[in-house]
Amino acid sequence: MTADAQPDAPLGDQYMPRMSLTAGQLPKFTDLGLLVISIAVAAALLALFGSFNLVGAILLGGPLFLVGIYALAFSVEGRRRAVNRVARYVIIGAFVLALVPLVSLLWEVISKGLPRFDWQFFTETKRNVVGEGGGAAHAIMGTLVVTGLATVFSVPVGLFTAIYLVEYGKGGPKKVITFLVDVMTGIPSIVAGLFAYALFSAVIGPSKSGLAGAVALTVLMVPYVVRNSEEIIRLVPNSLREASYALGVTRWRTIVKVVLPTSISGIVSGVILAIARIIGETAPLLVTMGFTDSMNTNALPAGGMNPMTALPVFVYYEYTRPGRPQQAYFDRAWTGALVLVLIVMILNVIGRYVAKRFAPKINR
Amino acid sequence: MTVTGGNVVSEDLAPDQSLLVDRRKLGDPVFKGFSVGSGMLILVILAAVAAFLIVQAVPAFVADAADLPYGNTWGYVAPFLFGTIWSSFLALLMAVPVAIGIALYISHFAPKQLASPVAFVVDLLAAVPSVVFGLWGINVLAPALVPIYQWLGANLGWIPLFGGNVSGTGRTMLTAAIVLAIMILPIITSLSREVFLRTPGLQEEASFALGATRWEMIGQVVLPFGRSGVVSAAMLGLGRALGETMAVAMVLSGGRNITFQLLTSNNPNTIASNIALAFPEADSHAVPQLIATGLVLFVITFVVNMAGRAITSGHGFRLAHKRAHKEG
Repeated sequence: MTADAQPDAPLGDQYMPRMSLTAGQLPKFTDLGLLVISIAVAAALLALFGSFNLVGAILLGGPLFLVGIYALAFSVEGRRRAVNRVARYVIIGAFVLALVPLVSLLWEVISKGLPRFDWQFFTETKRNVVGEGGGAAHAIMGTLVVTGLATVFSVPVGLFTAIYLVEYGKGGPKKVITFLVDVMTGIPSIVAGLFAYALFSAVIGPSKSGLAGAVALTVLMVPYVVRNSEEIIRLVPNSLREASYALGVTRWRTIVKVVLPTSISGIVSGVILAIARIIGETAPLLVTMGFTDSMNTNALPAGGMNPMTALPVFVYYEYTRPGRPQQAYFDRAWTGALVLVLIVMILNVIGRYVAKRFAPKINR
Repeated sequence: MTVTGGNVVSEDLAPDQSLLVDRRKLGDPVFKGFSVGSGMLILVILAAVAAFLIVQAVPAFVADAADLPYGNTWGYVAPFLFGTIWSSFLALLMAVPVAIGIALYISHFAPKQLASPVAFVVDLLAAVPSVVFGLWGINVLAPALVPIYQWLGANLGWIPLFGGNVSGTGRTMLTAAIVLAIMILPIITSLSREVFLRTPGLQEEASFALGATRWEMIGQVVLPFGRSGVVSAAMLGLGRALGETMAVAMVLSGGRNITFQLLTSNNPNTIASNIALAFPEADSHAVPQLIATGLVLFVITFVVNMAGRAITSGHGFRLAHKRAHKEG
């Protein structure tokens, strides 16, 4: 495959086409080889200055590689192809760049979260715990209660709004509602928290409670449920609806018996993904729920102050207001973060699985 | 589930009750009522969000500055407003090129089997809770950046952006902006990716047929086609960055110092982060002022998001217009 195989081959020679196709092109493994060489050179340079590390070598080797491949391609393939090559590697580099924080974050959360990832963490609260020991059972319970309440509030509202948008709405009102759902998607989470706080202070005076947190999360969750459900319900073919109408079935029974069963897997998956979105919310709960070290499963604002801790808030306070020894608090914070990440990942996987596994076969 | 098959018929039609006239008459209006009511509820919730914030914030705007714990509300919010916009702008500056790169990789470079795992990995970034980003930023990213900051401060300190005393902890504006950039990367990527994937295949092929390299094709066809989509994705990302709270609250060493310097430990805080830090300890006099700053944030994110949506819908309109033109 080398370019100088038969430089003077006569016209009509059967090797001619192959040769002319590969001439003026870099051999296949040039890129990989050059990348390895660039990183090695960068590493050597760093070692020369006595500050060798792998990340630095890759960070320095990357640009070196780009310059090298441009020069090489320019001389063999011409300017346009050289630019094309560089652009391709810059784009791949962007993806690798995005991987760095993700890998680093997951690694840190797992390695620092594992030491306290034990039975005690899930079964004990932090009540009267100073220093080591204790757990986050109260925070996990708080997260379950608040997220559960928010789900109970937002699924009916979100689902019925989606049904309205697809099945009933038309013209101006439909446009307005769609617009408002868009606006709602953009509400910053802390503003949702302030709203819930303001609402409860207006009704029953200054208070902290799980219910207020659930209201804040509902404001954040409803638009996700609407968006996800609307998309799925819209996919239900009209022929199914028309078949049902043709049998004399009323509109609402068509929706309940035909449209929703057809799209149920997508709706369930959408709700699960919406839960995954809000379960890690910290700011609104910080504002509305207060903080406690004890187990509290009562979300009502009984007597004004009835603080409840959610897992993200637990992580935040363990880290930002540690007692002594600090490490015990930091360990609990990291384990809390690990549990949070696990919950979110598991919810995401379940959501995607449900959508795939139970998807209706519409295109029969 | 029981859509097809004979059992639907026997189950629904055989018992007489389900065909009773009064029940059929009642069912439809009730169900429609629920649907319309839920739509209205969205309106009510949003109106309530605005109304309660305004009602609670009014005292902070009308009261005498001397009676307010933080002084004049506009003066109080100004540095945080600056910090919010500055940090989000920096985050956008870093996130958009990378996001466009990843989106192009998924839509036009990655092998078919690789495209959806790559998209999934980027979406994983969106799933990480912000408090975890905060924990990572303050523990891992900030210390890792300190040597780079010191180098920048020593060698490029004459550039105003890198001036001032370099922070020893790394909890600077630049670190906060990097964390924000990572957090808004997924949304910009996924929206841009969708626009790029919608590039008309015939135009791409036409460009290739004229002898363009892949990159030239992207420059001639994909990017012009997706420009408004990318701008609107960036606006939505900006909206996210403006409202992001916990990561900034944990990473940024923030105060009330209005400065463009990126590497010092004396930075302007953001509105959202300031609320999160101050609210738990705020007394009944301070709360209205914090809510007032929240209202300012709400208005800004509202405007930014609307601008983003307007660009998208304008884009859709232009496309439809073009198509109609071609066909007509």
